[in-house]
Amino acid sequence: MLQDKVILITGANRGIGLATAQVCIALGATVLLAGRNEVQLELVAEQLGERAIAMCYDLTDETQVKQAFAHIKQHIGHLDGLVNNAGMMHNAPAAMTSLDSLQQQLTLNTVAAFQHIQLASRLMRKPGCGRVVNLCSIVGERGAAGQSAYAASKAALTGITKSLAKELAAQQICVNAVAPGFIDTELHSDFSDKQRENIINTVGLGRMGTPREVADLISFLLSDHAAYITGQIIGIDGGMQL
Amino acid sequence: MSESQLTQAFVTALGISAEQVTDELTYNEIDAWDSTAHMILIAELEDTFDIMLDTDDIIDMSSVAKAKQILHKYQVNPE
Repeated sequence: MLQDKVILITGANRGIGLATAQVCIALGATVLLAGRNEVQLELVAEQLGERAIAMCYDLTDETQVKQAFAHIKQHIGHLDGLVNNAGMMHNAPAAMTSLDSLQQQLTLNTVAAFQHIQLASRLMRKPGCGRVVNLCSIVGERGAAGQSAYAASKAALTGITKSLAKELAAQQICVNAVAPGFIDTELHSDFSDKQRENIINTVGLGRMGTPREVADLISFLLSDHAAYITGQIIGIDGGMQL
Repeated sequence: MSESQLTQAFVTALGISAEQVTDELTYNEIDAWDSTAHMILIAELEDTFDIMLDTDDIIDMSSVAKAKQILHKYQVNPE
């Protein structure tokens, strides 16, 4: 389904990013694993095999991101897909959210994602091959108490997704997003059992989602099966009600 | 690098004749050089001269003359 495609995945060393890398490789893609933790990335690349390439850089450093894409252009020449997966979430009521915390979440969740699309789209020149998948969130779509900063960063990414879908359609690049609900990742590792129970009670299917389930949706959106889908924010939340 | 390569990049990207590619030709002056075509032009220039342009340079590339100036920064010197 992704045979011979080259896909860049940010935050690929764990959670949904890692699961996406695993699925993409299983479907025939070459995967560029982007992130900051060189040791973890190299370990993951080694585990995934020769079609996994670690790319260590700070996703929020404008210069390092440019250098990473220049490296891709020089050594590979093109990209077929980009998955903007890397993200951070600070939970706090608005009155207890520092502007620094807001800025950090916007910088990684929104600005870094924007810059990656900006540069990736220039390497997606084979007709019909460009696919961008952003990791939005049910929180950005519907809002959630105690997550206003995170919601802002993800809602902004929703706007980017819808706008760039229109703008890049002329180049046959499809831009979509997935909006996960409560997924079993480290993002929620600091939640207490009671918090988890309360959230699961809002999920129609009565359980957390798995990174693999989100990865399956992302890989579909990266594939030729999704060639006529663009500008969509696809929820994957087990029927969650916020 | 030759000026003909630069001219050809404009011709290919914008779908205009070589005679139209003069130093005075500016972005948005003709229908063929709109924002969508601008990105196609950038891709064509990057492929032709094997470079990767900075975002600021993409924004600044407002005419053929300006394109020549910017390309100088990348050690590309159309004569």
